[in-house]
Formats: sequence, structure tokens, C-alpha cells
Amino acid sequence: MKISSGTIRLLIPAASLALLLAAVFYMQPRAMSYNGLNLLFNLAVPIALATIAQMLIMSVNDLDLSMGTFVSFCACVAATMLQTSPMLGILIFVGAIAAYAAIGVVIHVRELPSIVVTLGMSFVWGGLAVLLLPSPGGTAPAWARWVMTAKPPLVPMAIVASIVIAGVTHFIVMRSSFGVLMRGVGGNNRSVQRAGWSVIGVRAGTYALAGFFAILSGIALVGLTTSADANIALRYTLLSIAGVILGGGQFVGGKVSPIGAVIGALTLTLAGSFLSFMRISPDWQIGAQGAILIVVLALRLALNRLEKREKSL
Amino acid sequence: MTPHRFLLGKPWIWSFAATVIVWIITVLFTGGASSFGLSQAALTFAAFSVIVGIGQMFVITLGPGNIDLSVPATMTLSGTLALKLMDVQDGMILVGLLASIGIGLIVGLGNYVLIKLLRIPPIIATLSMSFIIQSVAIWSNRGLRIKPPEMLANFTTSDLFGIPNVALVAFLLSVLAWVLLEKSIYGRWISAIGQSMFAARMASIPVDGTRLVTYMLCAVLAALCGYLLASFSGGAALNMGSEYLLLSIAVVVIGGTAVAGGNSNIPGIWGASLFLFLVVSMLNTYGFGAGFRLILTGLIIIVVILLAGGRQSFR
Repeated sequence: MKISSGTIRLLIPAASLALLLAAVFYMQPRAMSYNGLNLLFNLAVPIALATIAQMLIMSVNDLDLSMGTFVSFCACVAATMLQTSPMLGILIFVGAIAAYAAIGVVIHVRELPSIVVTLGMSFVWGGLAVLLLPSPGGTAPAWARWVMTAKPPLVPMAIVASIVIAGVTHFIVMRSSFGVLMRGVGGNNRSVQRAGWSVIGVRAGTYALAGFFAILSGIALVGLTTSADANIALRYTLLSIAGVILGGGQFVGGKVSPIGAVIGALTLTLAGSFLSFMRISPDWQIGAQGAILIVVLALRLALNRLEKREKSL
Repeated sequence: MTPHRFLLGKPWIWSFAATVIVWIITVLFTGGASSFGLSQAALTFAAFSVIVGIGQMFVITLGPGNIDLSVPATMTLSGTLALKLMDVQDGMILVGLLASIGIGLIVGLGNYVLIKLLRIPPIIATLSMSFIIQSVAIWSNRGLRIKPPEMLANFTTSDLFGIPNVALVAFLLSVLAWVLLEKSIYGRWISAIGQSMFAARMASIPVDGTRLVTYMLCAVLAALCGYLLASFSGGAALNMGSEYLLLSIAVVVIGGTAVAGGNSNIPGIWGASLFLFLVVSMLNTYGFGAGFRLILTGLIIIVVILLAGGRQSFR
């Protein structure tokens, strides 16, 4: 029995996702089909991308409270500029990534709390989104629409996309040297500095990468919904944080898991569908989502205790 | 202690200075005609953010990671249930108030039980809790808009010697909070916990009890604010708390409370609340649209933090 602690940490999120999925299939056997799965997980793709972005920020011990407004802003850009004049749209996105990198630098240099700076930025992104799209509208770029509604053989797009996202980010965060540095900054930024690395550079890179994934999330969202509005993704801020935690990530110490984060995002999306299959009245749906979150975290606590007991033996 | 602190003196002075400047700019634009009305509106709306801000400040003082995200949901639930209970009867005002406080106590207890027993980080614990509270509010509200009892509505919308009653209530609560924070052993305890939970425990401070009381205090203040806000605006709405989530954190931080915990500041909350309201009304009078208003609000928050919040002098 040689299981790494990383695998154990993935066990609970994976098990809870499997359990929820089994429950959904039991109640609604028709969901067990290509189309059924696609419908169940469709909205998970943008949430998974936003969760990955949040996870990157959390890996350097920061928290991004502007995630929801930033994804909304990106969705608005994707539905307007990117569609009408792609060059301008791409330029705006490059600017947004640069802004994220700059936020990372400012937070590091001035030792500011990330919560407050991103709180301020959330107003800025929200304002920009309102300026771009004062009322809901816009059209999704044809290619984004095509990607999000593609029907690959055998496995639905939503699943393929989730696996690709998990695989790519697993490589970046867990296998590449940049990923190791990033988690190192979260774990002990002084020792990374003493080892001769530029912590500012790592933090700027992490923020830029997070910005990039959040932009992908906005584009994916527009690809699904075909139009955008300034408030389209506001709940992503809290969903993305919850997704990371559900997936076994932690607020401090650089302990994050990309595969777990994607699984966490899928679990949160599925919880919504599960509740509507349960015929729970809409009044209680949000509350039941909170309850599911609590139950999963309680399970994780139980497992952590088990892990600790094994170590001490 | 630090050259930084020595130079800036008291951090809350800056938020007041900024408030005065914004006030003057706004009044100048309108030719002085609006100065009284503007001040009254600012005091009224600042009062609501002060009440939730104080609660949030106590929680933030507990140290890194301590934030209460259930504030908006608690406000909504308390406003909804209290108005339902009072059912437009003046005689029930006190009962409604007690019910509000009770809701706050229960929510705070629930929050801390999750944090302590399930070891859930406070952000996620209060977030899950807020989902549940929100559901209870939706379920009990059913889209009905019940009016507040007339006496209570009159109280919250009128003023005493030109100062809005709500602002007086907020002022009273701030004084109580200041005494609690600066003069009582409880205040010393939360600062100690915020500076180092480990050291506090070694010093045999009842860490769990203090944290429990703090989360309950924050929820009670949020519930109280919901009660007043619902009465002030003539009924509870399901989204009435939503803007207070970011606002409650923003006023605490701009007001000069250290986000890393262990150091808090009540006058600053007043300065920051007035400042944020006046910025929005200044941008309104200058005729900016919603988009620009949001962008400028965000930039102003960041600039204030940049100017006042740098902690590099500690190292």
C-alpha cells in the first residue's frame, strides 16, 4: 500500500463527485447518455477555468476577490470586441493579462493584502464591463461557439475539456519548474528568494497566468451562452474559491491541486443539477448547495484525521 | 514603534481628511445648495456601513483568514423575519428587535461551530452558512414586501437636531465597540489572538470563547443593521444586503485596520464609510455614468491602500 499523500488528498473530491454522479444517474437514468452528460457538465467548463485561475492565485497565498467581475468583463469583451474586431479584442486581453501581472507586482512590492487590492479591482472590472455592455447583448465569436458546442465522438465536449484543462494545468503547476517555484513562494517565499530566484517575477508570472485562465473562462462562458452581460459571472468569485477548497487546496502554504480544483468545479456544478433532480423547491436550492459544501468538507476532515493517524503509527 | 507609524500618526486621520476634501468638492459643484442634505444623506448611509463594518472589523482583527461573508445574508434574513414578525404593529417593535438579535446570535454560533468543529476555513464556513441563511430568507419572504411598523419607520427616517437617528444609533454602537475594544479585557484578547493565536493560547487566553463571541457579535451587528435598513427603506428585499459584503470589508481596510489582524481602529470606519458614500455621490453630481463611477471607486480604494497601507516598514 503505497499511496502518496497527494493522491489521498484527491481521493475525497473524486469520491464525492462519483457519489453525486451515481445519485444523479439513479434518480434520472436518462442522464447516463452522451447528451445527458453534456448537459450536466456543460456549464462546468467556464467554472473549472475560473477555479484554476483562483487556484494559481491561492498557490502564492493570495486570494482574488475580483475573479467574478473579471470573468464577466472578459465575457463582455469576448461578446463585443473579440467578435467585431478580433485584433482589438486580443489587444485588450493582452492588456488585461498585463494588468494582472501588475497587480501581482504591486501586492508584492508594497506588501499589500491581496484581498483588498483585488476588492478594489473588482469595482474597476465591473465598471469596465458596464461601459462595454450597459445592457445584456453582444454575440459570441463563431469559433468560441463552435468549440463549446462541438460534439466529439464517444465522450461529450464538457468531459473532454475538463480532462484537457486538468491535464494541462497539472503539467504547469506540478511538473514544470515554474510551477514548483510558484508553490515554493506559497510555502516559504524567503527560501525561494535566498535560493536566488526573483519572487517578484514568480508572483507576476502567477498572476498573469491566472489572468490568462480567467480570460479563457470568459470566452468559454460566452461560447455557451451566446451573449453576455456585465453581471454574467459574479458568482464565480465564491464558486471558484469553494471549488479550490473542495478539490483539496488550501489557503496558505502553496498546497494546491489542479486536478482536484477541476473535480471541485465539476462537483459544484453537479450539485446544482442534483438538487433540481431531487425536486427540492427552488427556495432551498442555494441552501442545499451550502449543506453539500459542508458535508464534503466534513468528510475531508475525517480523512485527514485518518491520514494523520497512519503517519503516527 | 515604526517610522511609518510615527510619520502618519493616527491612520484614521487620512480617511477623514479625504472625506472633507470630497465633501467640499461636491458642495462646490452644486453651489453650496446641497450641503445640508448631502451631509444628512452621507450620515444616514454611512451609519449602515458603520454598523456592519464594526462587526467585520472585530472578525478581521482575529487574524489572517478571518472574514465573515455571511453578513449580507444575515442582514436580509433579519430584516425579512423581523418585519414579518412585527406585522406593521407598533407594539411589536421590541419583539422584532429581539428576534433580530436572536437571529444574529444563532448565525454567529453556527458560523463558529462550522469553523471549530469541522475545521473549515472561516471564508468557506461563513460562505456555506450564508447560502443556508439565504435560503431561509427566500423561503420565509415569498416575494411579499411587508411594511415596517409606522413608529419604527418614522424613527429610522427622521432626525434629532439635524442628525439622522440611524447615525445616532451607529454612533452609540461605535462608542460601545470602542469601549469594548480599548478598555475591556475582551478587546485585549482579540488583539492578542490576532497578533499570534499560538502566543495567546500560551498566555492562557480563552481563544475559542473569544473567537466565538466575536463571530456572534459580528452576526448580531449585521442582523441589527438589517433590521434598521429594512425599516428605513420601507420593507425588506432579498438583495438588500448584497452591496454590504464588499462595503463592510472595504470600510474596515480603508479605515486603517490591519488586514493581517491584531490591530483595529473604530474612528477610521466612520471616515471610510463617509468617504465611500461621498465619493459615489460626488461622481453622481458630476454626471458620471455607472461604469465610470465603479471604475473610479475601485481606483480610489486602491490608491488609498497604496498610500496608507504599505507594511514594508515592518521589516
